[in-house]
Amino acid sequence: MQTHQAKRVEIIIEAPMERRLRKALESADVTGFTVLPVLGGSGRSGSWSRDGQITSAGGMVQLVCIIRPEKLDALLDAAFRVVERHIGVVNVVDCEVLRAERF
Amino acid sequence: MDGIFSLAMENLLSPLILFFILGVAAAFARSDLTFPEAAAKAMSIYLLFAIGFKGGVSVADHGLDARLVLSLIAGMILSAFIPFIAFFLLRIMSRLSTMDAAAVAAHYGSISIVTFVASTSALTGSGIISEGYMVAVAAVMEAPAILSALWLVSRKSDQQAPDAGLWREILLNGSIVLLVGSFLIGGITGQDGMAKIESFVVTPFQGVLCLFLLDMGLVAGRGLRNSASSLTPGLLAFGVLMPLIGSVFGLGAGLALGLSSGGVALLMTLSASASYIAVPAAMRVALPEANPSIYLTMSLGVTFPFNLTLGIPIYIAVARTFTGG
Repeated sequence: MQTHQAKRVEIIIEAPMERRLRKALESADVTGFTVLPVLGGSGRSGSWSRDGQITSAGGMVQLVCIIRPEKLDALLDAAFRVVERHIGVVNVVDCEVLRAERF
Repeated sequence: MDGIFSLAMENLLSPLILFFILGVAAAFARSDLTFPEAAAKAMSIYLLFAIGFKGGVSVADHGLDARLVLSLIAGMILSAFIPFIAFFLLRIMSRLSTMDAAAVAAHYGSISIVTFVASTSALTGSGIISEGYMVAVAAVMEAPAILSALWLVSRKSDQQAPDAGLWREILLNGSIVLLVGSFLIGGITGQDGMAKIESFVVTPFQGVLCLFLLDMGLVAGRGLRNSASSLTPGLLAFGVLMPLIGSVFGLGAGLALGLSSGGVALLMTLSASASYIAVPAAMRVALPEANPSIYLTMSLGVTFPFNLTLGIPIYIAVARTFTGG
């Protein structure tokens, strides 16, 4: 089957920043992404868990986005302006998709 | 002194406090007892809805007066002023950076609605009446402290001004919208509205509050266990001293306003409590360099348990002494 090269960008960011990150991506013409809840974890600021929390302040979300390679720089520039000062992880991996016209 | 002691003992042996202690103990014992996030949020929604509605009904019963407006103004002033005291004390008592001290100070200027609910419950249990509009005072005390903390930081760094989106998030924070909305609906519908939903708003309230405090105990205990290393003796002392200092300002304001003994006790509780809903989210957006494990642990792991176990009986006893109630 024919596949096409794409980039998968995964951004784990503090839940209160989610709306800002969405807006930044949309302003960079990235309109397709998925936001996933994150159960818990540990990092430089200590460990955390969603269990029992009544506020999003201590929680994180993961935003996953698959885009064409030529759109990557614009996405990272936009995302970096939001995540630069915040706790989180940004990573990019190569992937292949079946329907290139959707990305 | 006997009054404070007997109130404290009564409070410590109430189901609310015992469930909170159970939560803390379970967390320290590394039990796998947890509440799903959705269940915890549902309980907090119920409590905000119930306390707001009951406050509104109380105002409908007793009517509006100028004291309500003055109490709202006093609440805003207290919330904006207390962070300066907290910041000053933190700079003396701890080695926190300006950013961390300002973030912690914002939490102590703002309020804990669960502490407020627990205090209301203790007052009701003791048969002490309070002004129903104190719910609205609680709502207006959420945000001004954030502004003060941001100003404290902006003096010493090139911190950017918060964007308009942050203000919208703070002022239209879900807990504030629900609390104020329920308060207004309670005020509009009065006793007729209460008669229709009393079995949902009144009877299950204490049971839900017990479960919620069990969850708070678990979260507080786990926070303390995981972040104990970030708490210095100075910070621990601050976490106990600051609520007492804040309560003195609440006492002064309550007496100046001529509130009832219950109203004074609630204003003391609000001034003494530290936020862990609205302010932590605002700090993550506005001051991301501030360490969340410090301010969350201080607020939820130190000051919240103190207020719940010893603070509330002290505030009630002092308020009764000064008002003769």
